[in-house]
Formats: sequence, C-alpha cells, structure tokens
Amino acid sequence: MPEFLQFAFSGLTVGAVYALVALGFTPIYNASDVINFAQGEFVMLGGMTTVFLGLAGVPLPLAACLAVVVTVAVGLALHRFAIEPARGASAVALIMITIGASIFLRGAAQVVFDKRFHSLPPWIGGDAIRVGGATILPQSLVVLGGAVVIVVLLWAFIERTLIGKAMVATAANELAARLVGIDTRRIVGLSFAISAAIGAVAGILISPITLTSYDVGTLLALKGFAAAMLGGIGSAVGAVVGGLLLGLLEAFAAGYVSSQYKDAVAFLVILIVLLAIPRGLFGRASVERV
Amino acid sequence: MRALLSHRLVPVVAMAAIVVLLPLLFSSAYYYRVAALVFVFALASIGLNLLMGFAGQVSLGHAGFMGIGAYAVAIGPTHLGVASWLSFVIGAALSALVAFVVGRPILRLKGHYLAVATLGFGLLLAIVFTNEARFTGGPDGMAVPRLVLFGSSVWGAQSWYWIIAASFLVGAVLALNLIESPTGRALRAIHDSEVAARVLGVDVAKAKLAVFVVSAIYASVAGSYLALLNGHVTPDVSGFLRSIELVAMVVLGGMGSIAGSLVGAALLVVLPQTLTFLHDYEHIALGLIVMAVMVFLRAGIVPTLARALDLRRA
Repeated sequence: MPEFLQFAFSGLTVGAVYALVALGFTPIYNASDVINFAQGEFVMLGGMTTVFLGLAGVPLPLAACLAVVVTVAVGLALHRFAIEPARGASAVALIMITIGASIFLRGAAQVVFDKRFHSLPPWIGGDAIRVGGATILPQSLVVLGGAVVIVVLLWAFIERTLIGKAMVATAANELAARLVGIDTRRIVGLSFAISAAIGAVAGILISPITLTSYDVGTLLALKGFAAAMLGGIGSAVGAVVGGLLLGLLEAFAAGYVSSQYKDAVAFLVILIVLLAIPRGLFGRASVERV
Repeated sequence: MRALLSHRLVPVVAMAAIVVLLPLLFSSAYYYRVAALVFVFALASIGLNLLMGFAGQVSLGHAGFMGIGAYAVAIGPTHLGVASWLSFVIGAALSALVAFVVGRPILRLKGHYLAVATLGFGLLLAIVFTNEARFTGGPDGMAVPRLVLFGSSVWGAQSWYWIIAASFLVGAVLALNLIESPTGRALRAIHDSEVAARVLGVDVAKAKLAVFVVSAIYASVAGSYLALLNGHVTPDVSGFLRSIELVAMVVLGGMGSIAGSLVGAALLVVLPQTLTFLHDYEHIALGLIVMAVMVFLRAGIVPTLARALDLRRA
C-alpha cells in the first residue's frame, strides 16, 4: 500500500508539471487554432532566465518576474515576426514555423546560457510531507497550486472580461469578429503573450523539481501536449486533468511495468486518444466546413 | 525542342549529369562522403515529398522509418546471421509493413492531429531503439558490418557515392513515374480537395495508405545506406530533429518537386559541413531557415525559380 501511494504521489508531482505545461497551449490554440510547438521553449526560457539572473545576483523573486517579462517579449516577437506574416498559411506551414521557432530558441539558449543542467531552490522549502508511509515534497503542491490558480485566472479572464470575450469571438470566427470591430490581430498577439507567460511561470515553478537546461523544452512540450490532447485541447480544466492523469499513468507504468518505457506512455496516450477520442475528455466538438 | 525540354524526365537527365560530373570537382574522399550523404537524404526527402507534396499529408516521424532501415543492416548481420543485403531488403519490407499497419488508423487524422500522431510514432521507435540495448547497443549505438556484394565487401566513400547516387536516380525515376500514374493523379486530387477527390471516385484512404507505405520504403532504404556509409548507427538516426530536418528539406526545396528534394537535401547537408566554425549556431540557423522558408518562400526554392524562369520566357 505505501508503494502504491508513493507511485501515486510521484505521479501527481510529475502530473502537476505536465498540467502546467499543458495549460500554456490553450490560449494560443483557442485564439488562433495554432498548436505552438515552441511552447516547451517558453517553459525553458522561464526557468533558465531565472537561474541566470539569479547567478548574476538578482534576488530570485525579482529574477522570476523579469523572466516572465523576457518570455512574454519572446512570445510577442514570435507572433509579430513569424506567425503574423504567415497569415492564411496551412496548418502544416504553421506547425513548421513554430517548430522552426522552437529549434531557433533552443539554439539561442545554448549560446546565450550554457549547455549544463541548472536547478532552482524550492520556492517553499521544508521537509517532505509524510502521508501513510509515502512522501510528497511541498514544491509539488506549489506546482499543483500554480496550475489551479492559472485555471481560475484564465476562466475569469475569458468569462468576466471584454477582451476575454473578444478572444472567444476571434477563435469562433475571425472574420465575424473583425466585422464587429475586434482587432483580431492584437487578440491573437495577446494570446501569444498569455501562453508565453503561462509557460514562463511553469518553468519557474517546476525547475526546482525537474531541473532545467537549454533542451528541456522539447520533451516537456510533447508531454504537455499529450496531456492537453488527453484532456481535450483548448480546455483549461482538461489540460490540468489530462496532465495529472498522464503523470499518474507514467508513474504506475514506471513502477509496475518498466521504468525504461515510461516516456513511451505519453506517446501511446497521444496515439490512443487521437484514434479513440479525438476530442479528448473535455474538448469541444469540432465542425468541419468543406 | 520545346517538347523535349518539357519532358518529365528532363530533371532526371539533369540530375544524372550532376551525379556523373560532380566527382570531377572532388579532391578527396571527404567530398565523396558529403555528396553521398546528400544523396542519402535526397532519397528520403523524395519519399517524404511524395507524401507531403503530392498527397498533402504531413509526417513528423519519418526518421522512424530511417531508423528501421538503419538498424536492420546493423542487427541482421550482427545478431541474426542474415546477410547484409538481405537485411537491407528485409528492413525495407518491415518498414512497409509497419507503415501499412500504422498508416491505416493514423492517416484518418488531418492537419495538426496527423502531425502529432506521426511525431508520437517516430518518438516511440526512437525510444525502442534506445532501450533495447541487447540488440541495438542502447544510446551509444552499434557498429554496422560492411556490405558484402558478389564476394567482396564494399569499402570507401567513393564506392558508396556511386551506389547511393545510382539508387537516388532510380528512386527519382520511380517517383516521377508514380506521379504520372493514375495513383499519382489521385494523390494530387486528394491534395487539392479530399472531398472532391472522393466525389470523383478516388479511394482516398487507399491512395493515402499506398503513398505512406511507398514513402516509408524510401526512408528505410535511405536509413540503411546512412548506416552502411557511417559504419555506425545510434538512436539519433530516428530522432525528432532528424524528422524535422527531413521535412525542412522537402519544404525548402519545394513541395511537389522531385528536383527540389535534392536541392533541399544538398543545402541542409552541405551548409553545416562548410560552416563548422559556426557549429554552436547550427540550430539557430536551421530554425531561422525553416521559419523564413515557411513565411517568405512558401512554394520552396525550385518551384519559385521555375516560375520566375517561366515568366521571363512568356
């Protein structure tokens, strides 16, 4: 039993990480139907910028805030210089652009920062919490709490503000949104800023657990994406549930089946979800016009 | 004359001329090696181009098939006692079989979803190659025994250059013939509009699956050659970045242009070799190239040039 509980706790810890990363996909996807393959690099930038500002003597909380600002600037630049000029391109072209951006950012991070692994001290310290013979780190709860806060903020933003409504309108029908006076270009830009900010916060919160380096983005983005798929891409609640589920699946697969193949779980999940329930658990129905 | 110039085999004749004349410029084995690498990747790009440029389906996991081909020629002779050339053929057959089994469900997906599913498939293969260390040597990879043909083993970059370049030409001719066949027309119809193609009686699912299998065979053959040329294989051969490179070669040279695949492969293989002093900036450059091509040169290099020449002539 303690073994089962320990697997569950480590699953929830990893799951909270995936949930945070998965959340970052939702704003951009909701506003523009683009799946941003550079989302993992936003996570990496958040963590790495904080680490290096910290090494330069900036107090960590300030470094974290600056890291969010830097990442948002990168997100806005990505939209302005790569996504915006490619308006009307096919889904494949947009995927290639964000993949190009992801490779570019990784290469740039390798030059600007370095190639080593770095860690951040936990944002909330203290001993591991013991429950029924198993332990969980307080930092895991911070990550989980961060995910919940972001879901609530996103919900409030979409449901309670005019700009949020404009974002929903842009996603539903860009032309119609423009006709009622919404500056859709700015709305999509805003969605990139929000996704970048969520990614940066994720990177800052998870670095004490996962460590960070210039190339952590790819795998994190793929896992986060699998989580988002599982929960139903575009749904914030789905991202969190999907993330936790994926984390648990991985932990139990590692514990009871094979730890070597735990990374394979995420991709099996992607394939199974795509083929069996393409909308995910919480996704909206999609209608295709021909 | 004009009819002769617009014949569909003109690009092949031109490429054959390149293959024959190129060695005149080579001053060392290193050049043969780099050129052989170009043709390896051009071969894989042609296959992927059939899928992307003609059928309009993306695959971000094609390096997985390269991996099957590469490990086939490594594992077959080393562990199973199967002759190298036979392993080569078995690898291609295995890739075709895997593509057939996986393609049936996956190709029902579209756009983003297809991209992600193929990506997941490629990564799964890479994970298997990394983990089955008993057979594959794990992350460090394994040595690839030399190919033995007619009793003597193939050796040296120069021999490989001729073998691989000849295979590339054969692959290019087969691809051009496929494009002009009824299947090729069906594929282009699917690219333009799947619904319209279906209305006209095209068996869309079957045509897509057929081209997926063909493109997997191209990738597998290229993977086998890559492993034999290097004499060594690691799981990187089927990595995510490799798949992206393949897609970049196709879009850079031009989707739907067989000659474009050669141009794309040449650029992405030769540039990093010549700019070794910029090694740290390799990823920055690759990322920028991919983004810039997708934004500014959406048709790719060869189709854009061809159109510019046509305009001048008209």
